[in-house]
Amino acid sequence: MHLDKFNRTLIRIKPEKNINCLPIYIKDLCLNLDERKILSSLNLSINSDDVTVIMGPNGAGKSIFLKILNGILTPTSGCITWNNKKQFSDTLNTQAFVFQKPILLRRSVIANLDYMGSVLGYKKKISKDRLLEIVQLQKQKNQPARMLSLGEQQRLSLVRSLMVRPNLLLLDEPTANLDPGSTKIIEDIVLNLKKMGIKIIFVTHNILQAKRIADDIIFLNKGKMVEHLGKKEFFSNSKSIEVQNYLNGIL
Amino acid sequence: MIEFLEAFRLAFNLIITLDSNILEIVLLSLKVSLIALTIACLIGFSLGSILASSKFYGRGIVLIIINSFMALPPVVVGLAVYMLLSKSGMFGWMNILYTPSAMIIAQSIIITPIVLALSRQVIEDLNNEYSEFFVSLKISKLQIIKTLIWDARYTLITVALAGFGRGIAEVGAVIIVGGNINHFTRVMTTSIALETSMGNLPFALALGIILLLISVLINALVMAFNLTTKKYAFG
Repeated sequence: MHLDKFNRTLIRIKPEKNINCLPIYIKDLCLNLDERKILSSLNLSINSDDVTVIMGPNGAGKSIFLKILNGILTPTSGCITWNNKKQFSDTLNTQAFVFQKPILLRRSVIANLDYMGSVLGYKKKISKDRLLEIVQLQKQKNQPARMLSLGEQQRLSLVRSLMVRPNLLLLDEPTANLDPGSTKIIEDIVLNLKKMGIKIIFVTHNILQAKRIADDIIFLNKGKMVEHLGKKEFFSNSKSIEVQNYLNGIL
Repeated sequence: MIEFLEAFRLAFNLIITLDSNILEIVLLSLKVSLIALTIACLIGFSLGSILASSKFYGRGIVLIIINSFMALPPVVVGLAVYMLLSKSGMFGWMNILYTPSAMIIAQSIIITPIVLALSRQVIEDLNNEYSEFFVSLKISKLQIIKTLIWDARYTLITVALAGFGRGIAEVGAVIIVGGNINHFTRVMTTSIALETSMGNLPFALALGIILLLISVLINALVMAFNLTTKKYAFG
């Protein structure tokens, strides 16, 4: 698809209300599940309106942290402030979440997009065919969504989340186990959304992917923040042994 | 043996010639069971989806009770409805004992726990899959319930058919509250019991064959809906 057409379609899903959620301050965030500490006194701030990548080994608490940001999980203690406000219902309503394992409705591809329009009550018409064209799913539009391949399901999941017209897009390892083609489509969309001013928080294990899309990187380990640096600094100047071990495949 | 063969011949003859008595009994059976099923589905699907998507104190006990009610003995239900609807009962003023309405009430009580328990399980499984998506969208409980019922519709139709099968084949409760009155409350099962005891085998057999055909039809429909589920909804 030509880049102009791609952007023209995406521009229609630009947020209607421009709610600034930044800076996001996370103070002493803890989460215990079955007496197991998943997050312990997590403190960090997210200021940039670019792509923030969260990295860390398995069990570091990355996905849990993302789900707390989205309100899917409630922390045991601690607080989050959005643009210096604790009242964040507005912010929550303009967030979209892309799950690692796509959660698609038992409906056709197009009906999955229609659903968003019906539950969110849109006035402005968004061309679903165009959205499907972006993720190269126009031919499968009448197929059951669950019969798509994993890559296609994740691409559908991403465009469906865009129908929320989010100010903040949270992606939990959206390209895990995907082929390079699907990964590229998702990364291209993410980079275009960033240009449109949509804040992206992206969880990934993939070091090369982080190099391609990140502006700043948060490194978590054992439920704590280890490092939060700009991409360049993270990959060349990180003083943390944990980060170095992770990058060298030891952690 | 020859007597039985003759009975079969007469039974098929009654079916083929659309005997008015048989037709009347079959239509009343279908009417009673379909109305009871509609009531059971309205209660079962809505309560089932609320139960499936809610967490509250004592939920486990409620589920145990509902699941136990699936095995309610029809004669006990019949007896309870009889006591409630009889002149001296709590609802005696309604004056509906020995009418099709009483039979519908009894069958609804028998079918509802089946529809409720099975639909609760179906919808809960689906809710477990969807729940994070729903929380992420911040949509209302009503929207969640509507989505769950719609997406589980093919499986819920199978549940409804199972309930219908149970209702139409039931004899104990309807004979107690309906009274098996000719041209008024006589349905297939009560008729089969009566005609067999009277030695009118061809009539009982004809109704038995129709009941069996309905049962085969229900099973065929269940299979068709299962295939449809796989084709259009993929699980």
